[in-house]
Amino acid sequence: MADSITSRRTLEQALLLAAGALAILSALLNLVGGLHLIQLLASVGLVACVGITWKLVPATARWKCGFILFVVSTTAAYILLQPLAPGSEPEVAPHGTHYWLLAISAWLLAWASVEQFASVKTLSKVLTFFLRLLIPILFGAWLLLGWELTTRGLDVPQVLLPAPSVIAERFAMSTDILWADFKQTFLKAVLIGYAMGCGAGFLVALAIDRSPFLQRGLLPIGNLVSALPIVGVAPIMVMWFGFDWPSKAAVVIVMTFFPMLVNTVAGLSASSAMQRDLMQTYAASYWQSLFKLRLPEALPFIFNALKINSTLALIGAIVAEFFGTPIVGMGFRISTEVGRMNVDMVWAEIAVAAVAGSLFYGVLALIERLFTFWHPSMRQ
Amino acid sequence: MTGWREGKIFPILLVLATITVFWYVMAVVMNTPWQKDVYERAGTTDVSQTQFIKDTWSQERPVLPSPHQVAQEVWATTVEKKITSKRSLIYHAKITLSSSMLGFAMGTVLGILLAIAIVYNQALNKSLMPWIIASQTIPVLAIAPMIIVVLNAIGVQGLLPKAFISMYLSFFPIAVGMVKGLNSPETHHLDLMYTYSASASQSFWKLRLPSSLPYLFTSMKIAVAISLVGAIVAELPAGAVAGLGARLLAGSYYGQTIQIWSALVVASILAALLVTLIDLLGRFVNHRMGLSHG
Amino acid sequence: MPTIDVKELSLTFTTRDGPVHALSNINLSVQAGDFVSLIGPSGCGKTTLLRAIADLEQATSGSLLVNGVSPEEARLQRAYGYVFQAASLYPWRTIAKNIALPLEIMGIGRAEQQKRIKENLALVDLADFGKKYPWQLSGGMQQRASIARALAVEPNLLLMDEPFGALDEIVRDHLNEQLLSLWAKTNKTVVFVTHSIPEAVYLSTHIVVMSPRPGRIHEIITSDLPKDRPLNIRETPEFLALANRVREGLRAGHSEDVPV
Repeated sequence: MADSITSRRTLEQALLLAAGALAILSALLNLVGGLHLIQLLASVGLVACVGITWKLVPATARWKCGFILFVVSTTAAYILLQPLAPGSEPEVAPHGTHYWLLAISAWLLAWASVEQFASVKTLSKVLTFFLRLLIPILFGAWLLLGWELTTRGLDVPQVLLPAPSVIAERFAMSTDILWADFKQTFLKAVLIGYAMGCGAGFLVALAIDRSPFLQRGLLPIGNLVSALPIVGVAPIMVMWFGFDWPSKAAVVIVMTFFPMLVNTVAGLSASSAMQRDLMQTYAASYWQSLFKLRLPEALPFIFNALKINSTLALIGAIVAEFFGTPIVGMGFRISTEVGRMNVDMVWAEIAVAAVAGSLFYGVLALIERLFTFWHPSMRQ
Repeated sequence: MTGWREGKIFPILLVLATITVFWYVMAVVMNTPWQKDVYERAGTTDVSQTQFIKDTWSQERPVLPSPHQVAQEVWATTVEKKITSKRSLIYHAKITLSSSMLGFAMGTVLGILLAIAIVYNQALNKSLMPWIIASQTIPVLAIAPMIIVVLNAIGVQGLLPKAFISMYLSFFPIAVGMVKGLNSPETHHLDLMYTYSASASQSFWKLRLPSSLPYLFTSMKIAVAISLVGAIVAELPAGAVAGLGARLLAGSYYGQTIQIWSALVVASILAALLVTLIDLLGRFVNHRMGLSHG
Repeated sequence: MPTIDVKELSLTFTTRDGPVHALSNINLSVQAGDFVSLIGPSGCGKTTLLRAIADLEQATSGSLLVNGVSPEEARLQRAYGYVFQAASLYPWRTIAKNIALPLEIMGIGRAEQQKRIKENLALVDLADFGKKYPWQLSGGMQQRASIARALAVEPNLLLMDEPFGALDEIVRDHLNEQLLSLWAKTNKTVVFVTHSIPEAVYLSTHIVVMSPRPGRIHEIITSDLPKDRPLNIRETPEFLALANRVREGLRAGHSEDVPV
């Protein structure tokens, strides 16, 4: 990656310089317009931090630089959050221009620290793993922080975008409702529909495995159908199977069936001619060759479909609920709370959906790793 | 000339024919209870078998409309209606299409820009990429109605909110595909650029970008399909009166099954056309650049 | 001034399993107009040495001068042309456009580009193929195109990393012959990595025999074959004697291969 080395050096310098300048400006404005001592200290700290890291030779002190920048920017963030805490009086927390300059400066330094951490070259597995976790977490934390600062500090209307802390509060207050919705949508509609849709897709793929004729007919259709807006069958399913979860499960079945079918058929033909010839020389039966060679070779494809389907299933179930539900379910909650302008509840529900979706996907990825560790894409 | 069993056309036609026959049979089965009800109320008793089947295929609000009913409805609401009419499906399709295309275009540009940033900045690659991948596991579509309503509340209306959702959905596959594509040149190709002391922008325009094009078109196929889904779902929340999604919703309110099915058919045709179009474009570009020849 | 001057050069890769000594204590001087082959078993560092000369790898210690300057400066001056084992042609560019690639990067004008494309295509016998795409050409023709591309920069030095390694023997003989006549015509300095003894002996003025673990120079054999070499020179006793010396050197290099 020779072409990015030079640009990074200038980027680092630019970040530090900008952060330093903003911090100094913030300190001056702070002094001029009604002294706010802690925030003044914070800007002094940021300037000092810029000075120290500027002195260090980055190439040999990546860890040190990254760590200093990380600690200072995090402390500054903590100080910045103080006046936003629910109990604090508005007059003690003047959000003047200096406040925002300070926030931007701290954010630039956090970015600089990520730049440092990202260019650490280490061979240690533990450190690599640690960095691979730390860097995205830092990014996510600053995203939340920026969200909190802008919504609180600029008094963004609740309806437009509630602050993360408000959402968290709402979440903690309504765990029983969220749990009931989760049970209805995820544990019933999604999981049952997913299992049945994937199972059916897999079985049909096995069934047509011996007929190349049927495969030629079904594959193009399956591929096409995978690209169609199948969510649209939701109103039909609601009419056929009623308002409760079976209609949502039916939508999920239809949505997950085709990706599984297409992928399994592709996977079953993934083994090379040479390997199949080998099976032939062993006089292996169809089933022996299927279980010992072709199914294992198909596993990466099958897992691919399982992962795609995990997302599709959640989407299908939630969207299907927009077309009618009993008074419980994630999609129902989202659409009704949006109507009542209770946006914080909607966000809490989305948080549940996000965590459920990521966990679902993560578990599948783990199982995949367990079963297909031999596949080139899984080796390191 | 290979035999008729060897090609693709015949098996596809056969499968389609099987589906159609199955559909007709299911239409009879699923519409039977209602039809019996109708006869009972009318006091009709001696209905011939053929008449009975014919009747199940021509109900006004069947549980499962027969294929020819859907076809007739599609024909009536596309070819025979004026495009400006509120009952023309072409009118609705145009509304959905325009917002999804706007969103798709914005999503493609955003995805490409993001991918370039990620490929050229290690820090972004390591901090942003995990979130992009994680966010694909989140049912983004669930936020769609909220975005529409919230944007409505601050006065953003019309095409843009729907396009925004399509953009949000379509930029993920583009960004992920383009990161892969921009990183796809082999080491010796990159080394070659290095031996020429090529600048970063030279190796981008002359090597990375051309090598990424096949990946771009593959992800554009996914993105265009999902952007259409996004536009349709975005039309679901109350308030939307036009568009294929609104047609679906209205159909489900009033039990107009034929209307639901015909909207679905038109949406599917639209999706198939879009994907095919991108596919052809991709094939053309890949062919012109010689990338389809390994 | 030698074209390439290597003194006490060592190069160590750090890996998860500890350091790997790819090159150890290399001393080599290549004069202008020489054709030098680096030969040795896999893992002896011959490609690494070539890549270090091209500034694709950085030496851990020692000095390395190309045209009297550091490899990086030489690279920035576009002082050498590099030919990879794979032809590395861009499939979306015609042969002519592929040859134009380095010229575009150097910012050379259109007219001059056209002139050089024409010249160098003629030099490698591909004059009629400029409008073809790489995938419409055979492997041997592709490799010739990639040589033309390296020559288009008009370097005084040509670095070739097993350029004919992936080709069959018949094509290879033919290309060896062509390369030799090209070298005679242009009077370039060539450093050529190979693992074929006949190829090294047939082409070179100097054969550098290398041995592995750590990668080092076992012996430098100076060829006394005449500059004009028809293919059948390979049956002469002089040629066979030289080939035998190289083979002996390779074998001796291996026998030193005792665990440290």
